[in-house]
Amino acid sequence: MKATRIASLSTGLVVVVAALTGCGAKNEDTTAAGVDAGTATSIADFGGMDGLVAAAKEEGKLHVIALPPDWANYGEVIDTFSAKYGIEVESENPDASSSEEIDAVKTRKGQDRAPDVLDIGAAYALSGAQEGLFAPYKVATWDKIPDSLKAANGDWVNDYGGYISIGCDAKRIEVCPTSFADLLKPEYKGKVALNGNPNKSGSAYSGVFAAALAQGGSFDDITPGINFFGELKKVGNFNPVEATPATVQQGETPITIDWDYLNAGYAEQFADKGVDFKVIVPSDAQFASYYAQAINKDAPHPAAARLWQEFLYSPEGQNLWLKGYARPVLLPAMSADGTVDAALAAKLPEVDGEPEFPTDAQVKAAKATLSESWDAAVS
Amino acid sequence: MGRRRFLMSTVHDSRPTPSAARTRRGRGGLATIPLFAFIGFAFGLPLVAIGYAALQVKDPDTLATSFGIANLTASLQGPYRNALQSSIELSAIVAFLGVVFGTLLAYAVVASGSRRLREPVLTASGVLANFGGVPLAFTWVATLGNAGMITDLFNLTDHGWSLYSFTGLTMAYLYFAIPLMVITIVPALDGLRPQWREAAQNNGASTWQFWRHVGIPVLMPSLLGGGVLLFGAAFAAHATAAAMLGTGSTVPLITLKIAAALGGDVMVGQENVAFAMSLDMILVVALVMAIYLPLQRRSARWLA
Repeated sequence: MKATRIASLSTGLVVVVAALTGCGAKNEDTTAAGVDAGTATSIADFGGMDGLVAAAKEEGKLHVIALPPDWANYGEVIDTFSAKYGIEVESENPDASSSEEIDAVKTRKGQDRAPDVLDIGAAYALSGAQEGLFAPYKVATWDKIPDSLKAANGDWVNDYGGYISIGCDAKRIEVCPTSFADLLKPEYKGKVALNGNPNKSGSAYSGVFAAALAQGGSFDDITPGINFFGELKKVGNFNPVEATPATVQQGETPITIDWDYLNAGYAEQFADKGVDFKVIVPSDAQFASYYAQAINKDAPHPAAARLWQEFLYSPEGQNLWLKGYARPVLLPAMSADGTVDAALAAKLPEVDGEPEFPTDAQVKAAKATLSESWDAAVS
Repeated sequence: MGRRRFLMSTVHDSRPTPSAARTRRGRGGLATIPLFAFIGFAFGLPLVAIGYAALQVKDPDTLATSFGIANLTASLQGPYRNALQSSIELSAIVAFLGVVFGTLLAYAVVASGSRRLREPVLTASGVLANFGGVPLAFTWVATLGNAGMITDLFNLTDHGWSLYSFTGLTMAYLYFAIPLMVITIVPALDGLRPQWREAAQNNGASTWQFWRHVGIPVLMPSLLGGGVLLFGAAFAAHATAAAMLGTGSTVPLITLKIAAALGGDVMVGQENVAFAMSLDMILVVALVMAIYLPLQRRSARWLA
């Protein structure tokens, strides 16, 4: 009893002292080899991979946020990293959103609980970089990543992406839809769901954008997509339930418009539970988008954060995402140099041609339109 | 007996007794300091913080902040105004239906005079009144959602039923609103003394006249209080709606809008508009209270 109390008291004191000296200690946060991990911009600053691994092991921990284990195979990514380098990964609030990640970076500045690395939507990567929240870092495979998919100075890099797809519970739906136009058919009454509110969820927002492309809109004009869902609501097919693994398994969302890697992940997850979930990239719209990685400028474990990035952009990390049906940013490069796991790549849903991406200005305009007219269209 | 004495003392207190009140106030002044300190800390500070954040305007391009009312005006326009309106409508309907059905149910139980009926109903009401949030939403989803048991059994979807609509949400809210009303109104119903009714009857009053001139006026403070309570509970509810509607798009609600503005993957830099919306909510509740208090005082005078 007494021993515990003393122990907790001294822990408390240590925390207070650490908090008081926290700011001063930051500047001397160099590794045994004399590298300042917090400002290192590439592996060369550590004198190579061994130096980085040693520095990260010294820190022993990595604090991550908003990485759901059933999203793009993140569960296995985290476990593999942790086992490979003997670094404990503290995964906090897996279902957090991008804005909550950015918020955690801001409000926990200087704390040990601040997230080391971030996996965020493109808009937040841009605004975060503008606010100077990220540490620029270029992974060893940097040059193989197309320029349009990374910040020139290394503030952020796209990590994995996918296409908007239509997932369909073939046990409950006789004929699965293969295009957005199909979704309006009377047989899908009350069955077509999104992954959340497009004003809040990035995947739902992309679903509306894809619908816009299918309905004759363009990157400059998302309105046809909003009208499409308005029509879907009018004919009674729109299902306002937010698609999650649970709703898919229970049959609450028999048709879900979502990223192909999420829908494919559900299919794999529930195959042994009697759910036959089919994933189709709609024939009338191919809309792709990437998420981005960034390192917190004030990362409490700066070396581990950089090692995490090196791991994610190594063939091993990229193939793990691929295993989760996500398309890693290095997929084309790895297909070319043969480091891709061909069996996994073959399992991806078929798409024709190269994906195109809207510009930042187009994204901004689309979001403004969406926030203005979405509610009116579907309520 | 105990309950009856309680009502009588309430009645007695509302009678003006100036001299006693003054001395009590004089001596009680010091004793209220902790109360006001607590109110200042628990309500005042957050209010100031919300007001401050609501007035901070961030320029989306330069990220520079300045003071202004841009967030407040934004929070009262377009989709945000719709959400506020729809929240108020929903809460008002839930409050109205809750008061009507809750009072009828409570009256049936009280008038029956049966202990065997009264105790289970009151206990169940106590439990159900606190049955909100995610568990409540899941109960409804499991039974009447679009893959719910009852929905599947009777093919309700083909008949146009949708839980994820204004009607569905109203029904779900009534599930905790009616029991809440029952607990609130039973003590007041107990206070309706049978003698009053007998007296009214002896003077030739009809049942309708009794309720019109005696029953309802006496109950009015409790009915109003219950209505305000139900309105507040429905207006502030977030977890139930969030779990049930997920996308929150078929029924726009102010609480869901605040959540979307505070934490999402899509809208960047809307946090301060969320604070402005919270301020709007506080104003709405203050307005309801401002209407309620004079009404309540007026009807309480009936009792004096």
